[in-house]
Amino acid sequence: MADTAEEGNTVAEPLDLVRLLLDEIVCVKLRGDRELKGRLHAYDSHCNLVLGDVEETIYVVEDEEGDDDIKTVSRKSEMLFVRGDSVVLIAPHSRPY
Amino acid sequence: MENGTLTQGEGKDPSGFLSEIIGNAVTVKLNSGVVYKGELQSVDGYMNIALEKTEEYVNGVKRRNYGDAFVRGNNVMYISAE
Repeated sequence: MADTAEEGNTVAEPLDLVRLLLDEIVCVKLRGDRELKGRLHAYDSHCNLVLGDVEETIYVVEDEEGDDDIKTVSRKSEMLFVRGDSVVLIAPHSRPY
Repeated sequence: MENGTLTQGEGKDPSGFLSEIIGNAVTVKLNSGVVYKGELQSVDGYMNIALEKTEEYVNGVKRRNYGDAFVRGNNVMYISAE
């Protein structure tokens, strides 16, 4: 019962924000100019994540004759475990405020 | 021995500062140079941060908005109250 009040929009600590995103589509920024979009199935205090129906986008800078073209490479996977130490940011997917 | 504990008044330590500025507009710079501006929702002992109404700046240029954003503490260079 007391839980229901806490499971509202209260963000007492930052990881509560991640808890609120469980089963939602999230956008995760990773080290090395990578991004993941997928459904958040699980997380822990290290920010280890389990994501489903994931699309990974990798931003690659191609230096062609001095022009810095930013190219994106993407790949999909059904289920992904992400090690927490490569996580930079977790946000709900495209929810404008 | 006594020095360390006695010279610091209430709210004068770094984590005291962080709890004072909760709810304020802040600028968070990451080690990668990316800057996030938003309203500070909460911080924990790892310096994990929850931001609201977040704007992302890369090389000083605004890139994106995030309604809410969780930033993992190890990436944080500084948190500045606006």
